[in-house]
Amino acid sequence: MFKILKYSFFDLMRSSWSYVYFAFYLLLGIVLLFLNNDLSKAVITLMNVIIVLVPLIGTIFGVMYYYNSKEFTELLLAQPLKRSSIFLGQYLGVAISLSMSLILGLGLPFIAYGLFKSNAIWDFSLLLIVGMFLTFIFSALAFNIALSNENRIKGFGYAILMWLFLAIIYDGLFLMSLILFEDYPLDKVSLIGTMLNPIDLSRTLILLKLDISALLGYTGAVFKQFFGTNFGLIISLFALLIWVALPVIRIVLKSKRKDF
Amino acid sequence: MVEITNLYKKFGKNDVLNGINLSIKEGGIFAVLGPNGSGKTTIIKTILGMVIPDEGTIKVFESNIKNNSDYRHKIDYLPQIANFPSNLKVNELIKMIKDLRGHTEVDKDLIETFKLEPFLNKKLGTLSGGTKQKVNIVLTFMFNSPIIILDEPTTGLDPISLIRLKELIQAEKAKGKTIIITSHIMSFVEEVADEIVFILEGKMYFKGSISELKTKTKQQDFEHAIANILTENHV
Repeated sequence: MFKILKYSFFDLMRSSWSYVYFAFYLLLGIVLLFLNNDLSKAVITLMNVIIVLVPLIGTIFGVMYYYNSKEFTELLLAQPLKRSSIFLGQYLGVAISLSMSLILGLGLPFIAYGLFKSNAIWDFSLLLIVGMFLTFIFSALAFNIALSNENRIKGFGYAILMWLFLAIIYDGLFLMSLILFEDYPLDKVSLIGTMLNPIDLSRTLILLKLDISALLGYTGAVFKQFFGTNFGLIISLFALLIWVALPVIRIVLKSKRKDF
Repeated sequence: MVEITNLYKKFGKNDVLNGINLSIKEGGIFAVLGPNGSGKTTIIKTILGMVIPDEGTIKVFESNIKNNSDYRHKIDYLPQIANFPSNLKVNELIKMIKDLRGHTEVDKDLIETFKLEPFLNKKLGTLSGGTKQKVNIVLTFMFNSPIIILDEPTTGLDPISLIRLKELIQAEKAKGKTIIITSHIMSFVEEVADEIVFILEGKMYFKGSISELKTKTKQQDFEHAIANILTENHV
């Protein structure tokens, strides 16, 4: 698996897209820090960008890489390699190189700004960890979609729909259901609803760590009670881990049964 | 060597293989023939584990290939269409495959035989179809495996390279290897094959030597003998 991972990783590192992605974060980091002059505000703005953009890029790169490396995959399948190591190697290659662009692109300007002397370091690290989780989750979901669809256009379409659903539509449905059932106690339901969407989960996790839960009113208080504690943090990180594990397991199972 | 028992495969509603039973002995050149879409490539891909059969078992060197990948160390495979990662250079690809399968020195001779030196530093995406096929041949023959599978090996080759390929195949046969070939070029098959199997719509219609086929169909010429099987089976 590590040989495949190595080749996929270096293949991606040579592609100009990784640099575009890296440069984008570098620019974003620099602009936010040096025009804003307030580290915690910069972290909040970054959060808003990361929560939406990282899943999108993870999805698109995952699908694109799978379809583009089809020839490479077919070449590898005739070699004495396990199928699971071929696909996991490629998946990890994508997820790790995207995470690296994210961490280096944002990390460098923040270090230059003097992050290590600031209190925001924990918020910032949490932001990067969540960004990494989102990359791993969405590239795994994208690989799943690509594995199940031979037709590239269809695969691409489904992947974008999946992102649209989790990033935007889910929130709308969630809010509507909260309004519809406002007469009932909704604390537990909304907690579970948040857990079921990795984007919502990440957003809540960061918002509460940033201590602006007061903005969220009563629900905020309930959430704070849950996510604000160490127990809540561990549970949410665990939920994110499950969000990575399930699609990865499906990649292994699906690739075992697939014909090439 | 290779034992296929009762092999069935469907792609959607399309029955590709309908109960193939095939046993390939050690040593010699074995040709799989049949019209387009008869299931030749599917058989080869099931032997390689790239296509997973719905039913039936395949044994390579007495061991079942299901959920196994190590047996592919014993097989060299030349795919039908040479699809390579287009942003890789020829020598990078050769190095990579060596890294995955083990060290070999044979590639240098093969590169010289097929005059590939000028292309070593070119990207695979920029090569012509015939040159890609030559790279494909180098990748296949550079390991000394006991089984060699060639899927349409003559595609896109110029006459000189075709002669070199035939020499190469004969040399490998002389080493006692088993070579499985599919091809549409009947003269090529007639020239090299020791035994043929004829497949039509996923079923086996004939297995034996070319002279046996000629006696069976009462035809003088190999191409007519093949055509005879086709017409007899109302295709």
